[in-house]
Amino acid sequence: MTGNEAIALGAYEGGVNVGTAYPGTPSTEILENLSRYPGVDCNWSANEKTALEEAIGASIEGARVLAAMKHVGVNVAADPLMTLSYTGVGGGLVLISADDPGMHSSQNEQDNRHYARFAKIPLLEPSDSEEARDYVIAGLAISERFDTPVMLRTTTRISHSRSTLVPGKRKEHQVSGFKKNPAKYVMLPGFARLRHPIVEKRLIALREETEKSPLNRIEPGSSKLGVLCSGVVYQYAREALPDATFLKLGFSHPLPTALVSKLAAMVEEIIVIEELDPFFEEQLLAMQLKVPVRGKDLFGPLGEISTEMIREKVAGKKPKLIETGLEIPGRPPVMCPGCSHRGVFYILKKLKLNVMGDIGCYTLGALKPLEAIDSCICMGASVGTALGMARANRDAARKTVAVIGDSTFLHSGITPLMDAVYNRSPMTLMILDNGITAMTGHQQHPGTGSNLRGEPAAAVNLETLCRSLGVKRVSVVDAFDLEQVKERVKTELEADETSVIIARRPCIFLLTSFDEPLYVDNDLCTGCKVCIGLGCPAISFKDEKAVINKTICTACGLCEQLCRFEAIKFPVGKEGETSE
Amino acid sequence: MKQVNKTDILIAGVGGQGTILTGRVIAALAIDEGLDVKTAETHGMAQRGGSVITHVRIGEKVYSPLIPEGDGDILLSFEKMEALRWLPFLSPLGTVIVNTQELEPLPVLTGQAEYTSGILVEIEQKVKRLIAVDALSIEPVSSNPRMVNTFLLGILAHIMPFEKEKWLTVMEQEIKAKLVAINQQSFEAGWQFARQ
Repeated sequence: MTGNEAIALGAYEGGVNVGTAYPGTPSTEILENLSRYPGVDCNWSANEKTALEEAIGASIEGARVLAAMKHVGVNVAADPLMTLSYTGVGGGLVLISADDPGMHSSQNEQDNRHYARFAKIPLLEPSDSEEARDYVIAGLAISERFDTPVMLRTTTRISHSRSTLVPGKRKEHQVSGFKKNPAKYVMLPGFARLRHPIVEKRLIALREETEKSPLNRIEPGSSKLGVLCSGVVYQYAREALPDATFLKLGFSHPLPTALVSKLAAMVEEIIVIEELDPFFEEQLLAMQLKVPVRGKDLFGPLGEISTEMIREKVAGKKPKLIETGLEIPGRPPVMCPGCSHRGVFYILKKLKLNVMGDIGCYTLGALKPLEAIDSCICMGASVGTALGMARANRDAARKTVAVIGDSTFLHSGITPLMDAVYNRSPMTLMILDNGITAMTGHQQHPGTGSNLRGEPAAAVNLETLCRSLGVKRVSVVDAFDLEQVKERVKTELEADETSVIIARRPCIFLLTSFDEPLYVDNDLCTGCKVCIGLGCPAISFKDEKAVINKTICTACGLCEQLCRFEAIKFPVGKEGETSE
Repeated sequence: MKQVNKTDILIAGVGGQGTILTGRVIAALAIDEGLDVKTAETHGMAQRGGSVITHVRIGEKVYSPLIPEGDGDILLSFEKMEALRWLPFLSPLGTVIVNTQELEPLPVLTGQAEYTSGILVEIEQKVKRLIAVDALSIEPVSSNPRMVNTFLLGILAHIMPFEKEKWLTVMEQEIKAKLVAINQQSFEAGWQFARQ
């Protein structure tokens, strides 16, 4: 099973009662899988901060709990995390941080091992699926024994790789109930001052534990080279350097310094192999070992490490690879045919606006040929950055829109919109409401009316929500109606107060049937290529004419609206009818 | 450097073509045969019509889930140009099994680039063995293009050491019940193609 499936299994076997998360690649499948086991309360939270806070509450109530998020999600949850370190837990609490070295599907590649050190909490790093399962169970025990949250860090290659394991049985955990303890749970300065020394003492006790933990081990080999590593890098290094002596860290913070010294006594040189930052290497250098320590001078701080990189940098072996002189065009990800975002970005580009973007499928609107997004920072940042531009230059609001998806808006777009109203800003926000969390694989959210298990749930009404924040100009447009979108955007940019335009159409993945595909009348097509500018994978250009791929066209009708020569047509009798 | 008794299989394609499912079937069978297996998959952003790759590594003991460049034994590609893109991961002694279908990426659709020509000739010169097939011209793939993956799996299965019956059984476990029959039919068609 995958690392994410194994983490869910570990939580189940370890008696976890409550699972919390907000979707984010590569962490999403953890809660999805955990929700399929009986006896575990799982649901999506609005964002990672609320997910961790709900996890804290469940833990204080005496439940065992797992909170899962991607690396940048931990930034959102960092506020409760830092103080959770002081309060400690009730039932065991494991926080999954799914990092993304190489940025397969992320806006940065921050190294979240620093969070464990920052918060002074234990860090576990599994190197395959079996360890992922085992470490969740071990993490719950460490959490309860040392009264601390535990961070378990995966990377994409752990979360989305499969390896074998034998499932075990669940150990049920009874929720013991909340016991009032203000000195532990009420972090007033007076109480917090009493908790900080406990955190420091806990760190010393944890270091003693890492020295003897079965999660850390020395694998003896040649005395020439000692390798220190953790996570999936262990697998790369083990394959590339079969003869070396290894210190494999699974319980990697606090660093087991006595084990490191033991490794140093066994070898002539230590090479630390770690992705991203020199997290271990700097700690080893601070130890002033008697043998040379190398690492980042060989591997650098960028992206992923691989078996072949280690072979080349350490063993000096570089195989001759197959080379081809042929040009290979790239195959970037694209918005799907029938995507509800395409037409909106086409209009925003035509209007030559500055577009403050956000995180989701619609970030693809930054790529050719639409190239309609001018910034993308983090979840919810579209609203705040557009507001900031308008504050710096009130005229900027006349040519700037913020663009955010429905799930991202509920995650962290509401508070900056409140700022906009409060600041009397003339900014314009477009909520691209496709009724789902699309990019991560179509998860439900508080606006969809359905929960993680597919059961009916309350649904936030975006129009009512925006109005209740004080936005007077709230309008809804059909995301497939280009003229309507254009006119509404122009109108709202002129308005001298905060406005919200909700551009609505369901994600194409939510629909099961489509109208008949459109076709090109070759006699009328002049080859002007205007339709090509939509960047729709269903439209290509052959022999100076546009061609519609019937097998993937979903009859959204955008190209038909754009064609000035009426060359693109709905099948007879279907004109203007688009599927809802 | 290469570990013995090991088969490294790369499955290349375009997001949505079923590389993950194909990898899962191969892995499940190898596990049933008592071998160690690891796979690595592409999720997230690249799935939106991007280039995707699944690594499957089978052996007595497998460490890395990723196949090092130049080490691959078999490259199974559901699209022609993707076979060329991932070729450097294959050993020159490796085998390429490719569906000759051309799926044009956006830069080609919009006229910014041209679909590479001469791909099959190039691959044939660089590797030990090339099996190229237009899966869409053969039933049941021609009437159900989503069956490309299991058709190519049938070809792969023919050069793997496991029995055909075991492949069919494992497909029953790994594929949604209502789609098992059509996928097995497609697998059978691929198997028969490889026999000729």
